[in-house]
Amino acid sequence: MNKTWKLAAAAVLWGTATLAIPATASSLESSSASGRPAPMVVAQNTAPATTPHEPTGAHAPGEPAHGAAGEAHGGGFPPFNPANFASQLVWLIITFGALYFLMSRVTLPRIGRILEERHDRIAKDLEEARLRQAESEAAQQAYEKALTEARNKANAIAGEARNRLNAETDANRKALETSLNAKLADAEKSIAATKATALSHVRGIAVDTTSAIVSTLVGAGAPQQDVEAAVDAALASKSA
Amino acid sequence: MNIDPIHQFEVQRYVELLKLSGVSVSFTNSAAFMVGIVALIFFFLTYATRGRTLVPGRMQSVAEMGYEFIAKMVRDSAGTQGMVFFPLVFSLFVFVFVANVIGIVPYTFTVTAHIIVTAALALLVILTVVIYGFYKHGMHFLHLFVPSGVPAFLLPFVVLIEVVSFLSRPISLSLRLFANMLAGHIALKVFAFFVVGLGSVGALGWLGATLPFFMIVALTALELLVAILQAYVFAVLTSIYLNDAVHPGH
Repeated sequence: MNKTWKLAAAAVLWGTATLAIPATASSLESSSASGRPAPMVVAQNTAPATTPHEPTGAHAPGEPAHGAAGEAHGGGFPPFNPANFASQLVWLIITFGALYFLMSRVTLPRIGRILEERHDRIAKDLEEARLRQAESEAAQQAYEKALTEARNKANAIAGEARNRLNAETDANRKALETSLNAKLADAEKSIAATKATALSHVRGIAVDTTSAIVSTLVGAGAPQQDVEAAVDAALASKSA
Repeated sequence: MNIDPIHQFEVQRYVELLKLSGVSVSFTNSAAFMVGIVALIFFFLTYATRGRTLVPGRMQSVAEMGYEFIAKMVRDSAGTQGMVFFPLVFSLFVFVFVANVIGIVPYTFTVTAHIIVTAALALLVILTVVIYGFYKHGMHFLHLFVPSGVPAFLLPFVVLIEVVSFLSRPISLSLRLFANMLAGHIALKVFAFFVVGLGSVGALGWLGATLPFFMIVALTALELLVAILQAYVFAVLTSIYLNDAVHPGH
């Protein structure tokens, strides 16, 4: 439907165009007709090509113009001209056959190989990246493990050193304490001895003092034994 | 240059190679473009991948994207077993794609604007489906036309519909590409004539010619989209049809 409309429009236009520029149209028509190499087509063309604008100009545009166009080219509408079917078929078979052969044997495998290589390469690279990532993760874990171990070891060494130092300090302190205790005991002993000696002198002093006080108060010296007995009694009552 | 909008579809015979019982086989402009398309595709893809670099350059990226685009398309519609057809779908796609895009360039010949070419490509696809289907699955391939879970009294109609839809595939596949290319190129040429015609009238004509000129710019962009889209559609439908050859059960 669309096609027929186009054809009609084309025919109308062909008529008007030849009306408008008959000189150019005829010169072009004849030059192209004579330039045609095939003798058969030329023979069919010569008769109407000599006077193409004369009859078309006289006729009303439309059917007659279309008829003239058809005549000028021989065999009617070119796509429907069976005279050319054999040539087109033969060359289509040759060229399309060659194209199919070249595409299926040369070009498509070639492009396919390029795509496959890229695909393989990408897959390989991804695989390698995955491997590398696993490696780096393993390395990280190893590093962290080593770090933890080192920290533990350092802690252990530090703890050991601390314990050793503590033990040494304790031992030193104990030794010092024992020696100090011994000295203290000695000192206490000497103090006790000094106190005992001092206390043993108290009686003599008391006796002497009592004698002196008695002699001063009474005027006459009291017998030594009485004084000693009185002092002893006093000391005994005091200590009791 | 020719003022006729269908002159661009004219097949010009350069050298007649052989003539058998009135059927002439010649080296034509169509043949030259086919050879050029194949050479361009092969040399571009070979040149783009010459470095085989791990990190692709711009051209190698294009080649790889094309490869992966079609590979994904085939795998999505026909499954992993359908990958045997990957070279076929890839060849069809790049051939149609390059033919369509080259056709947009002025003065070039559009190979895919000829029904015989698109029909041959569509037939290639359908014959591949049929031959591979019977080769791989034998008579089981015919299950393609017998959907499971259909009531018995409806089955004849459903089978008929399935057969008709299967037979219409090569027609729609070839006509879609052909008609799109043909119509688009004619439309472009028609607007180009407006520009030339109006431009030859005078100053006012020059002014008027700017409108169809901008139309051509817009249409060229549209045609580029259509060219790419039709190549894509052709490849997608091919993969979907090939899926029937690989998995005939519905």
